[in-house]
Amino acid sequence: MSGPVLILGAASGIARAVSRSFAEAGHPIQLAARNASRLEDDAADLRTRFGVEVTLHDFDALTLDSHGAFVDGLPALPEVTICAVGAMGEQSQSEADPQAAAHVMRSNFEGPASVLAHLANRMETRGSGTIVGISSVAGDRGRASNYVYGSAKAGFTAFLSGLRNRLAKKGVHVVTVQPGFVRTVMLDGMETPGPLTAEPEEVGAAVLNAVQKQKNVIYTRSIWRLVMAVIRNIPEPVFKKTSL
Amino acid sequence: MSRIGGWGRFPMADCKVVTARSEGDVAAAVQAAPLIARGNGRAYGDAALNPGQTLDMTGMDRMLSFEDGVLVAEAGVLLADIIHTFLPRGWFPWVTPGTKYVSLGGAIAADVHGKNHHLDGSFRACVDWVDVMGPDGEVTRARPGDDLFDWTLGGMGLTGVILRAQIRLRTVETMYIAQETRALTSLSETLDAFGDTLDAPYSVAWIDCSDGPHHGHSLLLLGRHATEDDLPSRWRPFNVQRKRKLPVPFGAPPFLFRGLWLRALNGIYWRRGARRAGHALVDWDSYFYPLDALANWNRLYGQQGFLQFQCALPQENSATGLAELMDTIAEARVGSVLSVLKRFGPQSGHFSFPMPGYTLALDFPASERSLELMSRLDDITLAHGGRFYLAKDARMPEAVAKADPRAEAFAAMRKQAGLSERFTSLQSERLGL
Repeated sequence: MSGPVLILGAASGIARAVSRSFAEAGHPIQLAARNASRLEDDAADLRTRFGVEVTLHDFDALTLDSHGAFVDGLPALPEVTICAVGAMGEQSQSEADPQAAAHVMRSNFEGPASVLAHLANRMETRGSGTIVGISSVAGDRGRASNYVYGSAKAGFTAFLSGLRNRLAKKGVHVVTVQPGFVRTVMLDGMETPGPLTAEPEEVGAAVLNAVQKQKNVIYTRSIWRLVMAVIRNIPEPVFKKTSL
Repeated sequence: MSRIGGWGRFPMADCKVVTARSEGDVAAAVQAAPLIARGNGRAYGDAALNPGQTLDMTGMDRMLSFEDGVLVAEAGVLLADIIHTFLPRGWFPWVTPGTKYVSLGGAIAADVHGKNHHLDGSFRACVDWVDVMGPDGEVTRARPGDDLFDWTLGGMGLTGVILRAQIRLRTVETMYIAQETRALTSLSETLDAFGDTLDAPYSVAWIDCSDGPHHGHSLLLLGRHATEDDLPSRWRPFNVQRKRKLPVPFGAPPFLFRGLWLRALNGIYWRRGARRAGHALVDWDSYFYPLDALANWNRLYGQQGFLQFQCALPQENSATGLAELMDTIAEARVGSVLSVLKRFGPQSGHFSFPMPGYTLALDFPASERSLELMSRLDDITLAHGGRFYLAKDARMPEAVAKADPRAEAFAAMRKQAGLSERFTSLQSERLGL
């Protein structure tokens, strides 16, 4: 397999690592982000390292009515679509300002779900393709420290789950990626425990592996599957008194 | 705040680490507070530590173009990435230090040298230009012949933040090195052998500095890039793979570094080498980077970390100076596993380490006794007109560094250009650079 791979939200640290993994495997890469021209250096990097074709595409996750035209404007309907769109926001700001909260929800759920819906329908018609959604362990249970971001990711996780269920018989596969901490700009200035913190390159390799092996839900690092299983199963009367 | 150190894990310091992923990030950091740029943390001591602001450049790791062996890349790209990308296409770095995990920016800042210094010079020999961000955020493209270039190569990041550079790679026919090993039994034999093999593209010797019966024994490893004709018929010229690294999870128990055991270890190493003396084909990774096979070999020394000592001695004083250094090391019985001796060619630049003669490198467990020994080694080095490698240094006193008149000139240049206020490291403060 060496069809084109579309990376949505291509300016993020995870996107850079994921695009390298797929370019190394020989896929042409379509990088999509706001002001895509600022990604010229990233495109040059992929061409220089891996000798693959790279194209840049302007894409705004929050402008829903542009998504159909965006997908139609791609040089080819991608074989694999990876959605790394997201914004964590500041929880304190999201609490104080419902508009800021809405922005986080739209960036992590509404926007990604919209563009993936367009892509899913076209892949369904074609009868093949893989969709990868980068969600977050934050969506596994709402916690005081980041429940606005978490609630949007929970919505996105459920959307991916349903999409996978719907398209399973149509030749289109959906992968849900649940990263824990990843050493990217999102984590700058935060202290996170080493064993729970993945390098972006690990996530890149894990996503490529998940696509090649048609996995359904992956956690990076895999220890997070266990951590979140524990967190999900703490009874609510106890959970509400914790400070996670 | 993160607690970080150099590769020797001594000293450790609480530093505010800021990651740069673009030129804009660097500009913001330079404006925010005094800083030092840090690559992949392979300098041994405190050269890339600044508690106020340490700028992590590993996020700037894009390769921007490559044509006919000429590569433009950002400072955070590792030599390992360059090799994995271009060796399969028949290209290899002109100059490489003993680890492939050095960043391009770090290699430039320390003006690193390899086993081919006697013929090819230090890293600067393959650098066409360097983009350096100064204290005002302005970016200057420094080329050979420019003062900024000559101060930046070997300037330990103290002339500004190295953003990107253009370097030239060399063509190779295979990924193998044709290696010749000679087992020698004394320092003078070793120096004679170096003198007889100046046309060997690569040369390095491992020499026994212990107080055991093998004191002065050495293995001289000569190498050249193998041609296709050198390879057995079924070998593929390029089969470049990322080897799995063996992790070193915990520090080794301290008894490993006591005298008897070390003497035995050095003896075993030499006898094994002597048995295998002669010609062999070795892959690039085992030849150039034997220690990289252990992921965190720096942890071998345990919690307290370790110290590197590396000096260069001028040709005319090398024989007496090296003998005195080795005798002093043996007497101290502090324990040094790795003692590496190599020939240097001509000096270049304003502040780079190499000088025509020899360089000796050793590491010691970080301890009071080691520090005392190293200060004796400082004296011997200076008495013989030698100098020290800043990429290895973690503890030199200012007076020792300033015995090199170039250090004072460097400090004066920094002051005059307004660099000393903005670009500082624990090392630059300690040495008054």
